[in-house]
Amino acid sequence: MKSVAVSPEIQQEVYAKTTFGFWVYIMTDCILFATLFATFAVLHGNTFGGPGGKELFSLPFVLAETLILLTSSFTCGLALLAMHRAAKQQVMFWLLVTFVLGALFLALELHEFTNLVHEGNSWRRSAFLSSFFTLVGTHGLHITAGLLWIAVLGVRLVRRGFSAATVRGLTLFSLFWHFLDVVWIFIFTIVYLLGAVSI
Amino acid sequence: MHLFLPTLVAHISPDHGLFIFGAELTIIGGGVILVALITYLKRWKWLWKEWLTSLDPKRIGVMYIVLALVMLLRGGFDALMMRAQQATSVGASHGILSSDQFQQVFTAHGTIMIFFVAMGLLFGLFNLVIPLLIGSRDVAFPFMNSTSFWLYAGGAALINLSLLVGHQFAATGWLAYPPLSELQYSPGVGVDYWIWSLQIAGVGSLLSGINFLVTIIKMRAPGMKLMQMPLFVWSAIGSIVLIIFAFPILTATLSMLALDRTLGMHFFTSAFGGNPMMYVNLIWAWGHPEVYILVLPAFGVFSEVVATFSSKRLFGYASMVWAIAGITFLSFVVWLHHFFTMGAGANVNAFFGVMTMVIAVPTGVKVFNWLFTMYRGRVRFTTPMLWFLGFVVTFTLGGVTGVLMAVPAIDFQVHNSLFLVAHFHTMIIGGAVFGFFAGLTYWFPKIFGFTLNERLGRAAFWCWFTGFLLAFVPLYVLGMMGATRRLDHYDASLGWRGLFVVAGIGVLVIGLGVCFQVLQLVVSIAQRHKHLDTSGDPWDGRTLEWSTTSPAPVYNFAVIPEVHGRDAFWETKRHKPELSAESTPHYTDIVVPKNTALGMYIAGAACLFGFAVIWHVWWLAAIGLLGVIVLLLVRLTTDATEYVIPAAEVARIEAAGRERRLA
Amino acid sequence: MSERAPHQQPALQVREAARGSLTTYVTGFSLSLVLTLIAYMAVSRQLLSKDILVGTIIILAVAQLVVQMVFFLHLGSESKPRWNITAFLFMLMVLSILVFGSLWIMHNLNYHMHGAPGMQTDQYIMQDEGVHL
Repeated sequence: MKSVAVSPEIQQEVYAKTTFGFWVYIMTDCILFATLFATFAVLHGNTFGGPGGKELFSLPFVLAETLILLTSSFTCGLALLAMHRAAKQQVMFWLLVTFVLGALFLALELHEFTNLVHEGNSWRRSAFLSSFFTLVGTHGLHITAGLLWIAVLGVRLVRRGFSAATVRGLTLFSLFWHFLDVVWIFIFTIVYLLGAVSI
Repeated sequence: MHLFLPTLVAHISPDHGLFIFGAELTIIGGGVILVALITYLKRWKWLWKEWLTSLDPKRIGVMYIVLALVMLLRGGFDALMMRAQQATSVGASHGILSSDQFQQVFTAHGTIMIFFVAMGLLFGLFNLVIPLLIGSRDVAFPFMNSTSFWLYAGGAALINLSLLVGHQFAATGWLAYPPLSELQYSPGVGVDYWIWSLQIAGVGSLLSGINFLVTIIKMRAPGMKLMQMPLFVWSAIGSIVLIIFAFPILTATLSMLALDRTLGMHFFTSAFGGNPMMYVNLIWAWGHPEVYILVLPAFGVFSEVVATFSSKRLFGYASMVWAIAGITFLSFVVWLHHFFTMGAGANVNAFFGVMTMVIAVPTGVKVFNWLFTMYRGRVRFTTPMLWFLGFVVTFTLGGVTGVLMAVPAIDFQVHNSLFLVAHFHTMIIGGAVFGFFAGLTYWFPKIFGFTLNERLGRAAFWCWFTGFLLAFVPLYVLGMMGATRRLDHYDASLGWRGLFVVAGIGVLVIGLGVCFQVLQLVVSIAQRHKHLDTSGDPWDGRTLEWSTTSPAPVYNFAVIPEVHGRDAFWETKRHKPELSAESTPHYTDIVVPKNTALGMYIAGAACLFGFAVIWHVWWLAAIGLLGVIVLLLVRLTTDATEYVIPAAEVARIEAAGRERRLA
Repeated sequence: MSERAPHQQPALQVREAARGSLTTYVTGFSLSLVLTLIAYMAVSRQLLSKDILVGTIIILAVAQLVVQMVFFLHLGSESKPRWNITAFLFMLMVLSILVFGSLWIMHNLNYHMHGAPGMQTDQYIMQDEGVHL
């Protein structure tokens, strides 16, 4: 079934509406994270006699995660630049790199979570651990969704090239992925760094 | 799974009380009758094609309102049961409900009224009139609009399912404070149903908020600057901004409660370091903006209604806009006034108390502006104007009780008393509900093509108004006398019974008002051919929606209007008399979204997910989640989502409308 | 299949400023890297006293936020009317009210309700605030 033919002006309007709408959605996601951050800030001292951040977190490990995610945000930008040049193979390449880095980040995070649980420091142990797992885990779920999105975009790029919908999709994805790195800045700082300083 | 089967078996036992059984019977019976009726009238195809799968916001708006009004009946019945209980449960008698049942009833009443009646009416109105008011053909994201409606409907279905498959409702109050709402003290499924139906409906609300913001910002008719938009649209913006920035707080907080209950976390438990007050803090950080979300659109309705029926332009347009901006911002800095008594010190209480008093000021500005609009106007006292006048009396009186309670020292005396209960009902009924009723009456002809019966409308209004006073003035008095809220029994020696009986009579009078409204609908439909709105402008209106035919065509405007100032249609009427038959505008092809059932399916999958999590059936939950993702992908990869109405067809529709107008 | 053939152009052209360039992304990446490493080293090598350290890493985080918003998310580069920035600023306002408001309220509740071990809450508060009857 062919879609209704659409003029370039309409395409621009749709692009403007969709990117603005997605930006507003990202703003709501910021408030969601803000609520989780506020909760973490209030509960981070409630370890119920158990270990706190200082005891549990390995800074070098977290630095590695941070640098991997930051790099993936950069490669995502490179993918977008390639899209504006209509360089399909390069877009695919940088998307793939972004995916691999994102998957690596997730793997490291899952490794950290699994270790904590095996040590007996699961989310059930204290309010601090509940809020830690939820804040960091919610970010991880967003990353997972992003990885799925890359896969979908990759498939569409292969099958349909740079249709207006795919260009929109790539743009929205890059907004999403950059936003996740911005959130991570604050997780890195407030959860891990401040935890190590033992606030 | 291990919870589901035993509870299903317990279902058959009559032990759980007449009322739950009666409610279940009503829901199932009502559903069966509805299905039978549609089958008998052979209207399934029509229902599916014209309504359920439609992406026309006018259709979606009607569906929101119909469902909201049905939920109003359920919430209202809960109110009747509460009044009956409190009028009879004195001294030796324990009334008609057990304590546990009473707790479920007041929880259901609040939850349903706020989330499924008020929010439904709100989004219904937005869908019906915002595109028309701004000179647009549709909302920004029509498919997301449909999905939002179905998420709302799904939430409503799930909350009703709480009684049918689960047999209980949450018994925690409409905001489910922990530790009562934690697993330790609420081990059943009631709270889980509450959480998931609100989560699902909440996502729908958030998406709708985003949709309408983009619509208003990006899809206004050419020439319509922000300070030229109808006031209803400004009020809607205020409400929408609040939805966008407050609902994520609700989503996060409900999630944390769910994590506590389902995964054994300790956010708000009373041990392991949890802090129940953090829940109270967060839920009200959402909850206060929520009440302004509900009332701002009602203010918007009044701005339209008062100007139209005073045949005069709204007084003080700019100050009205600033008042809305002020109310929107201030909504975010008053939330602690809902828990002044829960342990904060004087400086915290003082700050929030002062902010709460300040927020009354812009509201007062608005009331004065409406009254100044009426002054020296040619006022027509139609039903919508009556609702407005009823609002002025009730909302002002209730509003000042709010300013009274803004003083923490006074609030310590009346917090959680019936004085508080009377205050917020005055705000919601006198404000939001009266406003929505005015709006529904005012815009009814635009959507359906005929006007509602005036006499029955007035009768309904007077019953609601007197009923409201009878039901709630005694509650103010009782609150001052020391009666707390949510009481299922009290001592005869207190002397409260008389007032409770009066309150009960008040609810019955309101019920009579509802009967008049139902009658009004039936009679108006039966007599519709005598009250057709052939001109499209039955009230001599001022804004763009009145420039179309009634009912408005699916594309709203055949030619997108050019706007040059406020009250765009009024200017057109005054300066450009009737188009002669000769000069027909130039019509072009119009692209319209195709119908689709995907929104319904996505919501269905979401509800399946919620239902499965409630009952801990994890494989089913995975299927539900997967379903949502797959269906979204299906939509994203569907190309042919629109169809074309050729210019010739548009011309034909417009010509037919013009003929009706001239006839 | 040439990657630059006209028929391979994207169906949509995005405004120059709104899309960034290699320079913007490299600058953003480098700055973010530096800010991250400074914060990390300050903490891991305990270069500063605790209070100053806390203030520093927070400032570094906010700086990186600005860097990424400007260089990766192109905030501020759209032509008027600037709805993106308006939405962002409003979000920041609500976020601040929510986070700092919650911290203030919860801290205040703790202070007024928990007191100190071995002492009644009101005794503790009176002692702490220097109230003598």
